[in-house]
Amino acid sequence: MRTVTVVGTSLAGFSAAQQLRAQGFDGRLVMVGAEVHLPYDRPPLSKGFLTGKTSRADLALGEQSDYDELEAEWVLGDPAVQLRPSSAGVELLSGEHIGTDGIVVATGATARSLPGVDELAGVHTLRTLDDAVALHDELSSGRPRVVVIGAGFIGAEITSSCLDLGLDVTLVEAAPLPLERALGSTMAQACADLHRDHRVDVRFGVGVEELHGAFGHVTGVRLSSGEVLPADVVVTGVGVQPNTAWLANTGLGLNDGVLCDAGGVTDLPNIVAVGDVARCYRPDLDRTIRIEHWATANGQPRVAVGNLLAGSVVEHHTDVPYFWSDQYGVRIQFAGTVHPDDDVRIVDGAVEDRRFLAHYERQGQPVGVLAFNTPRAFGRARRQLTRPSLIVT
Amino acid sequence: MFAVCRVEELPPGESIRFTADVAVAVFNADGEFYAVDDTCTHQDASLSDGFLEGCFVECPLHAAFFDLRTGAPTCLPAKRPVRTHPVTVDNDVVYVHVEPHGQVPQEAGREQEEVA
Ligand SMILES: Cc1cc2nc3c(=O)[nH]c(=O)nc-3n(C[C@H](O)[C@H](O)[C@H](O)COP(=O)(O)OP(=O)(O)OC[C@H]3O[C@@H](n4cnc5c(N)ncnc54)[C@H](O)[C@@H]3O)c2cc1C
Ligand code: FES
Repeated sequence: MRTVTVVGTSLAGFSAAQQLRAQGFDGRLVMVGAEVHLPYDRPPLSKGFLTGKTSRADLALGEQSDYDELEAEWVLGDPAVQLRPSSAGVELLSGEHIGTDGIVVATGATARSLPGVDELAGVHTLRTLDDAVALHDELSSGRPRVVVIGAGFIGAEITSSCLDLGLDVTLVEAAPLPLERALGSTMAQACADLHRDHRVDVRFGVGVEELHGAFGHVTGVRLSSGEVLPADVVVTGVGVQPNTAWLANTGLGLNDGVLCDAGGVTDLPNIVAVGDVARCYRPDLDRTIRIEHWATANGQPRVAVGNLLAGSVVEHHTDVPYFWSDQYGVRIQFAGTVHPDDDVRIVDGAVEDRRFLAHYERQGQPVGVLAFNTPRAFGRARRQLTRPSLIVT
Repeated sequence: MFAVCRVEELPPGESIRFTADVAVAVFNADGEFYAVDDTCTHQDASLSDGFLEGCFVECPLHAAFFDLRTGAPTCLPAKRPVRTHPVTVDNDVVYVHVEPHGQVPQEAGREQEEVA
């Protein structure tokens, strides 16, 4: 393989580039990114970066020495618009065609927005550095009234950051109990209680009907209950969509992500996919999963790049999904894959103290761990999940 | 120099934290004692809460690995080394000789360049 092109220059793409070099690829390495920025870290965007604690420089994923070592050609601000498997290449928006032997798909995901609200100023999603700069600017000028739509992890973190900034914020969520599907009802309740602890104005189980605006700027949010929440800034955190448009009609299987086998290889053996965009088959679960967590984007490239360079699947992804969230001063950590009807057992601490470790079990088998503010015990429990044979119950 | 604990209070695979000019973590990696600054150089996590694998500690938050011998990170997301501090054992007591703050030991700095 003489040329490998990595498309998407965020965490998964950067990690793939490092893995390519670490695993001995010494050919031409081309990095194609839609954003103009060098790789940066997204998690702080809803946390420290919004509150001003984390600087732009702190977000950088690499240092100069990392870039020197990668010896890659960087094509930034010029997204891939079409994969051309027949001519073994990638076509960019500028019209440039990059001929390549191998491709790492690392195009991640884009935040969904509410339909028909794009025209109103003051309405935000939060996915990129540019999004975060724009949101930060609006949150820090005057005392805007904020409505956050969607109480998933990112919505919750944005709400918590708004409180830190001393702003009035209302959190709206269509589901009666946010995160119930992700965490099961008991633990979702524990997360919902964090909002209540901090007296956040919440509207759960209420949909958004429409946004009101005047002179092109948002002024309020009308809910399905009829209530109108006045708003100067609206932030939606209603999930993401994998970026696969440039892969359409190429023969690659696409279904809410790029379909991959258990080793991250797509339907074409010289194309692998990693991170938020990849939907990989997991033999242990007997289904495909797409994981939107930092640790997955960071970790998958090692295996996928190994398979790309080997020309066949020599290793499977076996990592247990892991994510963390920081909100209201509580560090939440979760690992595993849960069903809403798994049994939940508190094994350490107490939910009321916002400091506990919980095990999820299915038919007596541990399948997940959730922790509030107990990183040490969590780290140990999480490792046991990765080695099921060592688990003592 | 800080007398941290007795040897038997820090069995292999365990860690302990004490406060010098900043918090310091002391590890027993299979019989060898190591001390480093407790706060991860990436963000706000306590390395004494991390997991020991040989003479490497994994940050409990984002899983950066640090080589306890040099303080150098071996993978993202950490980019800067943690300060290391010499450890001695005398009469079954573990002592940590805390390096003055702001002074990265020569060796760690050099090693970092090789690893980064
Ligand atoms: C605000 C926020 C907070 C988060 N907090 C946490 C957290 O606390 N814990 C956690 O585990 N995870 C968190 N995440 C998730 C984590 O950041 C993602 O899982 C991770 O960024 C995924 O990395 P990726 O490289 O796969 O995709 P992305 O980071 O989405 O990067 C994809 C890159 O590809 C580019 N791209 C897209 N299309 C093209 C194209 N056609 N051509 C070229 N380039 C293209 C994009 O512009 C982007 O730069 C958070 C995410 C956000 C947005
Ligand atoms: S805080 Fe240690 S790796 Fe991020």
